[in-house]
Amino acid sequence: MAVKGTDLVKLLPKKTKCKECGFPTCFAFAMKLATGGTEISACPHLSDEVREQIEELLAPPIRPVAIGTGDKALVIGDEEVMYRHEKTFFHQPGIGVLVTDTDDEKEIERKVKSVEEMKFIWIGHALKADLVVLKSASGDKGKFLSLVKKAADMTDGAPLVLMADDIDTLLAGLEACGKERKPLLYAVTEENIDEAISKLGQAEVPLAVKADGLEKITALTEKLKEAGLQDLVVDAGSRTLWEAVRDQIFVRRAALKQGYKPLGHPTITFPCFMADDSRKELAIASALLTRYAGIIVLSDLKEDYLFPLVVLRMNIYTDPRVPMAVEAKIYEINEPTNVSPVLLTTNFALTYFSVANEIEATKVPTYLAIQDTEGLSVLTSWSAGKFNGETAGEFIKKSGIEQKTKNRRIVIPGLLARIRGELEDELPEWEVVIGPRDAAGISSFLPELVGRS
Amino acid sequence: MSYRAPVEGYKGKIVEVVIGKGDRAVKIGGENILAFNQTFDEGEFPNPPKIAFEVWDMEPQGWAPWVLEPYKDVVSDPAAWAKRCEELGADFVYLYLISADPNEKDTPPEQAAELVRRVYEAINIPLIVYTTGNEGKDPAVLTKVAEVLGGENLLLGPVIKEDFEPIANAAKEHGHCVVSQAPVDINLQKELDVKLARILPREKIVLDPLASALGYGIEYCFSVAERTKHVGVMFEDAMMQMPIIANFGAEVWKNKEPKEREELGIAWEEVTAISYFLAGANILVMRHPEVFNVIREMIS
Repeated sequence: MAVKGTDLVKLLPKKTKCKECGFPTCFAFAMKLATGGTEISACPHLSDEVREQIEELLAPPIRPVAIGTGDKALVIGDEEVMYRHEKTFFHQPGIGVLVTDTDDEKEIERKVKSVEEMKFIWIGHALKADLVVLKSASGDKGKFLSLVKKAADMTDGAPLVLMADDIDTLLAGLEACGKERKPLLYAVTEENIDEAISKLGQAEVPLAVKADGLEKITALTEKLKEAGLQDLVVDAGSRTLWEAVRDQIFVRRAALKQGYKPLGHPTITFPCFMADDSRKELAIASALLTRYAGIIVLSDLKEDYLFPLVVLRMNIYTDPRVPMAVEAKIYEINEPTNVSPVLLTTNFALTYFSVANEIEATKVPTYLAIQDTEGLSVLTSWSAGKFNGETAGEFIKKSGIEQKTKNRRIVIPGLLARIRGELEDELPEWEVVIGPRDAAGISSFLPELVGRS
Repeated sequence: MSYRAPVEGYKGKIVEVVIGKGDRAVKIGGENILAFNQTFDEGEFPNPPKIAFEVWDMEPQGWAPWVLEPYKDVVSDPAAWAKRCEELGADFVYLYLISADPNEKDTPPEQAAELVRRVYEAINIPLIVYTTGNEGKDPAVLTKVAEVLGGENLLLGPVIKEDFEPIANAAKEHGHCVVSQAPVDINLQKELDVKLARILPREKIVLDPLASALGYGIEYCFSVAERTKHVGVMFEDAMMQMPIIANFGAEVWKNKEPKEREELGIAWEEVTAISYFLAGANILVMRHPEVFNVIREMIS
């Protein structure tokens, strides 16, 4: 629920054309303010009270929270929509692994390391988990502190979450890892909130708030906010899939649709406490990932489950307004040689994936020439003038493919049969072959093509 | 300001479609809220999503051994394979008539329809029959299937903008439902639905906006399915209120990662399935029985 300029103007002093803010009227200033084009401080005629009121109206409906520091920091929150097709989701949730001070040493080392070391390369990106979540479970403060120290030393700046029931243990943990790590402290509850306010008031670290249900959460976040503690992450305590998803939806709706500030915070979720096997945990984690979780804590990082989860995260948080593109270049599939044929298509990621997969399945050594069409699909890029005989000819000449293969047969998408003549004019040494209209046709087309040559 | 649970209710309602007849009739759709929200939003979700298992009319090539394993002894006999799916708990059998494709065996329509009959007689659950989307061949095959299985209320598809007319007419004449398939495009989907709805009542139509796999374009298909459902439920567009089928089994298992290791494959199909479930799919077409077990437990 974005604030409107017309709402802001009601709060401005409306001094007749003082122009001290640099705008001709209060109305013009307000309109600009609403879209983030200027700062409220530009108006010198506001009382502190009104300024605060306007600042609150201008604040993002879901307050961003940073955990950790520098380029390793995880920023969550600050989302603007319920559904990605309405605009886009902005801040990917952090994925964490739960490590407790009752785990044995080897287990601790393995889990902590996996956060930074378990990586999956996916279309040129290294995908991985983010957070080490350290939980006091033994009741022995010394044990927890040595766990925190160890994890802080072992990691290269990975953001941390410290979990304990009492504020003193959390404070000691904070000392142990160093305040500069800016960990998330979990959790402020109904029982310890007064102590939290008095002892953590100056800590300058983000705090997780846990209660049984959203109504109780709002009482806590309001109280913390009055005490000046605003960097909050909330946990409504649900530990079943359906309830946890409901809470995620309610928090997001309250913040965005009701403009309800006490729930204008990112969330933390615990699939690790909600399932007794890895497949169920993955199911819960992926549902919570799609439905708004800010942090997802897993019981362990295992390649077979983390891989699909981080790919899902990338997919769901891809900006739907921007066509997804792959790098324009010559891709070598099935180890092509100096006689392998060349297939040409666009760099729309979906086109690339389906074509590359089909080629791979045929086992025919092939060069796949992917032209830069700014991520547009075959027909769209043709109608936009980005994929025709001229642009394709230029791309092929510059691509270096003529040095890689002696084969002078180039296959174009069946949907673009019409550019054959133009392309032959551009590439007089090449025979232009019309390929299938759909990637699925490659499975029979390609073996036949090479059988023939 | 005190907290008010942000419960929502909408005016649109998904059409209830019945597939199969008599004892084997299964209902899908009928909801007027979004998937997963039935425990708190105002409305109803009378028919939880159903799961279909895939059966091919010829021995599959290139399937990962672990996805073939549960059907290993029956893959050359589609009727026995379908029976196995029923035993494993499927709500529907999804029979893929790949052999009829001119690029495969170009099986004649009569033979394809005869096979459908054999499969149908072997099971006690409703049947979904898909051809490969070949506009030259599909109408002949599906109209023949419609005729041979007349009155059995199968779900036949896909019908696309190039070939919807003969197939929809045959479905009307012989009492079946059809799948309206558009290429990941909400406008084209609606266009086709409007044309189909002139031939068949909405209660005989299921939408297939296409469902690609995790990592291979799922973000497009997820959002198109989600939007399609929203347009029907929230914005009351009658032409987008038919139930949705998400046919992702084949899309998942053709990729490199699911073929690498069984557990990775299961996880890949599982995450894909959950995504379409959240997007609002009413039928999920999948392959691995272990994924089915996880999803079934989640849905119930």
